[in-house]
Amino acid sequence: MKKLDENEIMRLEDIAREVRCSILTMVREAGVGHIGGSLSVTDILVALYFKILKIDPKEPEWPDRDRLVMSKGHGATALYSILAERGFFPKKELKTFGTLNSNFQVHPDKNKVPGIEASTGALGQGLSIGLGMALAARLDRKDYYTFVILGDGEIQEGQIWEAAMFASHYGLDNLTAILDYNNVQLMGNVSEIMEIAPVAEKWSAFGWEVLEADGHDFNQIVKNLGKAKEIKGKPTIIIANTTKGKGVSFMQNNCKWHGNVPTQDQYNEAICEIRK
Amino acid sequence: MTAIREAFGKSLLELGKRNKDIVVLDADLASSTKVTYFAEEFPDRFFQCGIAEQNMIGVAAGLASCGKVPFVTSFAVFVTKRPADQISISVAYSGLNVKIIGAYTGLFNGGNGATHMAVEDMAIMRAIPGIVVIDPADATELSQTVEVVAEYYGPVYVRETRDEWPDVFDSSYRFKIGRATVVREGKDITIISCGVMTSQALIAADKLEKEGISSRVVSMSTVKPIDKQAIIKSAMETQAIVTCENHNIYGGLGSAVAEVLVEEAPVPMLRIGIKDVLSECATNNELLEKYEMSTAHIMKAVKKVLAKKEQHGV
Repeated sequence: MKKLDENEIMRLEDIAREVRCSILTMVREAGVGHIGGSLSVTDILVALYFKILKIDPKEPEWPDRDRLVMSKGHGATALYSILAERGFFPKKELKTFGTLNSNFQVHPDKNKVPGIEASTGALGQGLSIGLGMALAARLDRKDYYTFVILGDGEIQEGQIWEAAMFASHYGLDNLTAILDYNNVQLMGNVSEIMEIAPVAEKWSAFGWEVLEADGHDFNQIVKNLGKAKEIKGKPTIIIANTTKGKGVSFMQNNCKWHGNVPTQDQYNEAICEIRK
Repeated sequence: MTAIREAFGKSLLELGKRNKDIVVLDADLASSTKVTYFAEEFPDRFFQCGIAEQNMIGVAAGLASCGKVPFVTSFAVFVTKRPADQISISVAYSGLNVKIIGAYTGLFNGGNGATHMAVEDMAIMRAIPGIVVIDPADATELSQTVEVVAEYYGPVYVRETRDEWPDVFDSSYRFKIGRATVVREGKDITIISCGVMTSQALIAADKLEKEGISSRVVSMSTVKPIDKQAIIKSAMETQAIVTCENHNIYGGLGSAVAEVLVEEAPVPMLRIGIKDVLSECATNNELLEKYEMSTAHIMKAVKKVLAKKEQHGV
């Protein structure tokens, strides 16, 4: 894939800014949600939804569409905002997020929101679901592609490693996982809570092709997603190095902002910083 | 007498021939559960998952979300308890069309003992919102269940066992999800049963007849959604109930029947089942005897409930 030109990067940055503002607004208004991990995964999702995924917002159930499973379901606010930006539903619907009778649950429900491929939030489950989708594509001789976004704390779950074994055993080269490696989880730094390093070596030992990218650099993300699709005979994981709370200086790399709700002043300050 | 697992393996193979969307997942027990018949005929639609049940359930969910009809098979103990969260979220909450088949249920697990004993599988599956729970009475009903659940859209848990058990139904029987069947008429008491214990309930009822006690036997193969009307009708007509199941007395058929009775038609009742233990290695008959689930124990329970019924002056 050729390098993105400056205008294209600016366009993606504009979308990412909108998404980040939506994330903050949803959590501020609902009084619930997960800002830190949503801000860290935003650029990855923008790259996927605006440069990579073969999807049709007018026909969310199109059988040949690419699948994206947001295994780290607490990143729902980022996913909802991007689906709205991409035209799956009107942006104003996001106002109901986290309130009674809303389709926009704090963790995504595939049966309530168009474009959501899996109901996630119980960590560790999405990669296996993605493998089933990739197997179905192979069975049906379809060329759609499956992407799974994993949280770094999430890969402490045992099921992830069952799935990692399965994917390489079946040589599922029509699936790519993206690890949102921000090194912060609810209670602190991942390396302090339960060390997952060396990450690249682990996935490599499980038979995966391992690529690395700066998860906030659109050129790097897009280039590696393209490269992943070309790797045959085994699944690929892109270790995306990210910053939890990216874009809001006082939220960055602070586990407090995994699940905290900003005050009105904090919200105003955060929006200003993103918009500037 | 038909070996239950043989009936399952063969009916799954037949289903696979007719329905190309059927896929089968196994966690290294195919030769025991007899899904080998399917695997040999349709290797492309058989997925060996290794000994990793949580991933197996998730893979099934993904396949189902793309239109496949996965049958996930293993011993009941491993395919329900270990991946309970995956079944709850990836499958049931997601409303996906996954069929979970638990073999070697309750006491009857081929002599493997406590670690392989699913005594709480129905309780767990029954408590997960949205799952249908079926414990077929015999080989005929199990074969039909395989067909019926493939046609039904949604998550289903089906129990089965390993060995030969007496037949309850003949070929004229038609299984329907949620519909109980009176397999023996009677007026003094009703034995409501599920799974292979129904054959034992029938033997007990025959013996009781010789002692002048007329027992109705209701086969309640669908434990969820339970056939409330059948329970209420039998409670009204016979005024006494015994339940019979190859499962812990907590959370399974006995509990489900009791829930209906106390709310709708309270009558004296007793439960035959596993009394909150994980049991041990032995033959099926030895276990039935020691764990107080034999036909003699069913008869004893019937007489005890009838005494209560008398006391209540019915």
